Amino acid sequence: MASAANPETPRHSALVRVTHWLTLIAFLALLITGVEILISHPRFYWGETGNVNTAPLFTIPIPSSRDTVPTGYKTVLPDQNGWSRYLHFQSAWLIVITGLVYVIAILWSGHLRKDLLPEHSQRTWRAYREVLTSYLRRAPPQDSEAHTYNVAQRSAYLSVIFILFPLVILTGLALSPAFNSAVPFVVNALGGRQSARTLHFFVSGALLLFLIVHVAMVIHAGFTSRVRAMITGRAVESHESEKVEERT
Amino acid sequence: MKPITRRNLIRTGVIAATGAAGLTAAARIAQRYGLIPPDHGGLYGPGETLTYASQRLLTKHSLAREFPRHMISKSPFANPTIPPGSAPKPHQVTGFSDWRLQVNGMVAHPASFSLSDLKALPFRSQITEVACEEGWSYIAEWIGTPLTEVLNAVGVLPQARYVVYNSIQQDWWDSIDMADALHPQTFLAWGMNDGDLPPSFGGPLRMRIPRQLGYKSVKFITCLTVTDSMKHFGKGLGSAAPEGGYAWYAGI
Repeated sequence: MASAANPETPRHSALVRVTHWLTLIAFLALLITGVEILISHPRFYWGETGNVNTAPLFTIPIPSSRDTVPTGYKTVLPDQNGWSRYLHFQSAWLIVITGLVYVIAILWSGHLRKDLLPEHSQRTWRAYREVLTSYLRRAPPQDSEAHTYNVAQRSAYLSVIFILFPLVILTGLALSPAFNSAVPFVVNALGGRQSARTLHFFVSGALLLFLIVHVAMVIHAGFTSRVRAMITGRAVESHESEKVEERT
Repeated sequence: MKPITRRNLIRTGVIAATGAAGLTAAARIAQRYGLIPPDHGGLYGPGETLTYASQRLLTKHSLAREFPRHMISKSPFANPTIPPGSAPKPHQVTGFSDWRLQVNGMVAHPASFSLSDLKALPFRSQITEVACEEGWSYIAEWIGTPLTEVLNAVGVLPQARYVVYNSIQQDWWDSIDMADALHPQTFLAWGMNDGDLPPSFGGPLRMRIPRQLGYKSVKFITCLTVTDSMKHFGKGLGSAAPEGGYAWYAGI
């Protein structure tokens, strides 16, 4: 790749770096406030309606912040929904605007086509298998991998950007009675309000799973160098520092 | 890093000035068209304003989903807002015959309605979902007098921007903008599922606003005040909810 040959070219463009960290901030805020809101009713249902008088699909075995929910625990946790709801929606705006800027920019710049869509040679089950076996053998990443993504990474990033994020936004919007009055199609297509809420929970879980695997892989590849690349844009500070890192 | 040149400085300055002017213009337009919520200040003000403004533009004339009769919940949940049965009890003994709804503020003819006065106005029913901010929900048929019928009866002055509503709970009051106040599905509900509205669900009289979450549908309504500004109500944030940390606008 051209970028690998030229050390002056940043590993990640400024736009990718800024949107990456903004997304992380917004996602963590959404995750924490989402859990707080969940605690006020840790029961899930399927269909249009559901409440403590109806049978749940499943429950999360934790105490609730409402004494009206039968959890089996005597403890009633403090109500955090007020600020959690304010912050959840403010962070949702941040992540949606950041995501729109990012998607438009990667379409415009060719980053999507060049670096994220799997290359022609990668579009085989064999390529997947090779990447996965090298992960399972916990083989250290090759030098070239500091400058490009393998097919597993590309698939994971594309799924997050074009499947999980749109889904988490749509299932979240389907919980808004005002949005549903204007666009009833979304909540109806998802199977009703409670189905949308349950799906919102599972898609958020999938995003959390991605975050955990992503961080684990960054640690595997060399936490300092990879995080430095996402902050400063430079993949390798100098050849010497890279050598020191490999020894530690 | 690119060196700081005069050209870059000028360009950054022009972009910043354009941005600031654009934001000021946007704020002025938003203010004029009523797109700024009373609780727009503070840390969460930007998000809250974006949500309210965009939903107001999107939902101006939209109707909340109505459901077929067979989807009415068999066992709706009566969220206890007060110790069950305590507050409306004195009125319950008399069959709510002494229940009054005061309507005042920016109206041509301030008035006081009994329940039978309200029921004498044209009434309607809707089968809509109550969705609580906690996550649970149920569907019921609501029978009531559309708020517009009451507002028409007293004659709302043209400068009106909000309708404030109070309940028998002194510390629990709320308000809606005129888009929701004049909305055909905003009811003063006195009936539920073909019967009288039970006190556990807010009887004899509750607000019903199906395009917003359940906490806007305040129970035990006793007074409506039409106003052009929320400044002098409570802390000026639009309702009791923001004073307790919850958003005034509950469309999401």
